[in-house]
Amino acid sequence: MRWFWIDRYTEFVSGQHATAVKSVSLAEDHLHDHFPGAPLMPNSLVLEGMAQTAGLLVAQNQGFRYEVVLAKVAKVEFHFLARPGDTLVYRAKIEDAKEGGSFTTVTSHVGDRPQAKAEIFFAHLDRRVNGPTMFEPETIMGWLRAVRMFEVGRDAAGNRLVPPSYPPMTATAGAGAG
Amino acid sequence: MAALSQEQIFEKVRVALVDALGVDEEEVTPEATMVGDLGAESIDFLDIVFRLEKAFDIKIPRGELFPEDILNNAEYVVDGRVNPVGLEQLHKRMPFADLTKFKQNPVVQDFVLVLTVQDLVRYVEGKLGQSPAAAT
Repeated sequence: MRWFWIDRYTEFVSGQHATAVKSVSLAEDHLHDHFPGAPLMPNSLVLEGMAQTAGLLVAQNQGFRYEVVLAKVAKVEFHFLARPGDTLVYRAKIEDAKEGGSFTTVTSHVGDRPQAKAEIFFAHLDRRVNGPTMFEPETIMGWLRAVRMFEVGRDAAGNRLVPPSYPPMTATAGAGAG
Repeated sequence: MAALSQEQIFEKVRVALVDALGVDEEEVTPEATMVGDLGAESIDFLDIVFRLEKAFDIKIPRGELFPEDILNNAEYVVDGRVNPVGLEQLHKRMPFADLTKFKQNPVVQDFVLVLTVQDLVRYVEGKLGQSPAAAT
């Protein structure tokens, strides 16, 4: 299984908000165990998709200089379980950002129906201090391309986002936004 | 913002702590310690800082509520204990915190147990310019 829990971004505004979609498919192996005869998307994986939607938004907002990791889910509530054939729409918003971390809110909808909402914190880890890297820059870039971030990504002024010049993650920490 | 009473500040701090830590309202008493009684972990302090900034429309620079730079400085910490110069620095940086007990046995790893809800209230009061924010 590949750990991609959003299929693509449909909107991505740097430093502000992003929308991503996840189509639930009966071809996903895990649905046949959760549960046999009654396939339901586990809410833990919905939360992972919500966190991926917000986490990549945060990483881009920090110029990819830090390892952005999910640090805390302060609150989450689910209203129903998604099923194969449903398309989950995740909307993430950066509420606040500081040197050490970012505070985001994320909702999940199926059509007009609210499916989940969460408050998610991300820590910005300085890779020079925190040891082995968890995400290589190439991995992040491949991921962003796969979910078509650079097709829809815009900065706050409406200019198209372009992949950063590399290697961004070896730049000195605290040199920019945050 | 109109001046807030200490009680109003406490209530807002309480809401922030209930939301950030998932504790019950009754658990958030002025004497409760953040780590020992309310179970705050390091990432929770960032969460609390975000919530206090929003609730009171204030800015909380890194290291102001919890001066980790002092506790990581070899000039102030010897053999895992904060020396007198370090204690003086802590007192200067954290006038809102009651360090009396910590000073009796200033083991660095126990420092996280110092901060109480009342200290947070005093800190916010100081930020709002409503008191000298001194604990002792």
